[in-house]
Amino acid sequence: MSDRTKILLLLAPALSIIILLFFGGLFVGLLRSFNYMPIIGLTEPNLNAYFSVFQSKEFYYSFILSFHIAFTSTIISATLAIGAALLLRRNFIGKSIINFLFQINLTVPHLVGAIGILYLFSQSGSFARLAAEWGMITRPAEFPELVFDPYAIGIILQYVWKEIPFIGVIVLANMQSLGEDYESVARSLGANKWQTFRYVLLPLIFPGVLSASVIVFAFTFGAYEIPAMLGANYPAALPVLAYRKYTDVDLAARPEAMAMAIVIALLSAVMIFFYLRYTRKRIRG
Amino acid sequence: MLEKPTLLSNSFRFITIAMLITWLIMPLVPLAIWSFAKGWFFPLILPKYWSLNAWNYALSDTAGVLESLWLTIFISASATILSIMIGVPAGRALGMYKFKGKEYVELLILAPTIVPGIAVVLGIHSVFISIGLTNTIPGVILVHLIPTLPYMTLVMSGIFSNFDPDFESQARSLGASPLKTFYYITLPSILPGIIVGGLFAFLVSWSQYILTLMIGGGRVITLPLLLFSFATSGRNDITGAIGMIYILPGIIILILTARHLSGRSAVGGFGRI
Repeated sequence: MSDRTKILLLLAPALSIIILLFFGGLFVGLLRSFNYMPIIGLTEPNLNAYFSVFQSKEFYYSFILSFHIAFTSTIISATLAIGAALLLRRNFIGKSIINFLFQINLTVPHLVGAIGILYLFSQSGSFARLAAEWGMITRPAEFPELVFDPYAIGIILQYVWKEIPFIGVIVLANMQSLGEDYESVARSLGANKWQTFRYVLLPLIFPGVLSASVIVFAFTFGAYEIPAMLGANYPAALPVLAYRKYTDVDLAARPEAMAMAIVIALLSAVMIFFYLRYTRKRIRG
Repeated sequence: MLEKPTLLSNSFRFITIAMLITWLIMPLVPLAIWSFAKGWFFPLILPKYWSLNAWNYALSDTAGVLESLWLTIFISASATILSIMIGVPAGRALGMYKFKGKEYVELLILAPTIVPGIAVVLGIHSVFISIGLTNTIPGVILVHLIPTLPYMTLVMSGIFSNFDPDFESQARSLGASPLKTFYYITLPSILPGIIVGGLFAFLVSWSQYILTLMIGGGRVITLPLLLFSFATSGRNDITGAIGMIYILPGIIILILTARHLSGRSAVGGFGRI
């Protein structure tokens, strides 16, 4: 058997599943967003769904909210993850147990974190109770709205909680494979601690941070259950809005839901572009 | 070491690490407490009474929690086994061969790990309706392959890129059949990769929400769906108990595999958990 046939046979099952399910799902979504579905008699594609989506205020509010959630969560998580990696890279007593605790929420699903954040930060949650204990508030309603709030603070807190270890473990592995030689050279040439970090270490770990951040951004933009659990009713995050439209009793809203799904897919395509740009560079470099 | 740590820098390090770890553990604490609490109203810092009611309920035969647990294990295990069977060959092709168009194949396999489920599942739903796969367990297992299969393939591609094919050809030249060669030569050297990759693929499926919600259509109730509905109905004690049951496999798997976690390929999959 030639290598060519061998490769084809090895890849065929995986590629057919991915093409049929993933790209098939995207493609059918695209067709339906154009109101095209010959099976149910819709044979004339049009752009009506996109017109009505792009003319509705609700869509823009949802898009901006989701973008804000993804952008803010990613920036805060990446910054804190770099800080955490810097703390955890050195040897210290109890390092293995600290490392385990640092990784523990990697395997805890987002939904559990979201419920935890709800129980901590809601107006009758743990922090509100502490505030009451210290006489800062007397009724739950006096505690600031940190979940179901218009600024999505609860959602961002959940993502920061979950993504610090995710980016952190990647950065930590990156730092360990680099070693400390580059930094030692910089220090011996007279660079101070900050300069060594800013001009030597940061540029070296940046591609890794960026590719992890791209994954986080795409996830936090498109995840459903976390904003569904912690988000305000209006405006809802874009994935929540798309789900509501799709499950609306009015079937005419389905193409609009599909159009929103396509918007999310397009944004993730941009993310894949950045991901490839920075991972490929890293592999070649 | 770049410089000797001083007492000041050591205590700064200690305090910041303590804060970091506290923040990472904190959201799990109220869930654990709620599962043993009774009548824990505002402004009580700790529950007034402790009770096993929530656990008794969750572990009883009538509540449906155990049923949902077995169903979730079945779905995740099936998605994992299918991903291993399909992902190992694909990983071999990507890890051991150079071929024309390989970059595009890698792109096809990478895309589902980044594109959110909601973007594809609506389209899949309208196809699955017409072929009768909505509201069924096989339908849910199939859509779970979207995140688990690419993950397994990418992990195995990394494993195979460190695999030396010379051992196989030596076994073949000594007269071993292809099947024997695979069983005695290839499998033992890739098995650790299959196990670690498979455990994480299991967790990726274990944590799926929107794919199950859409394709299961409220008929296939996995643990996260049950957890969500208890959390939004205000039964905090039962939510706490289900939450503790739900995170257990992940923590066990983390304990078993903690030393494998330094590799990037394994961690990459956690973006979807």
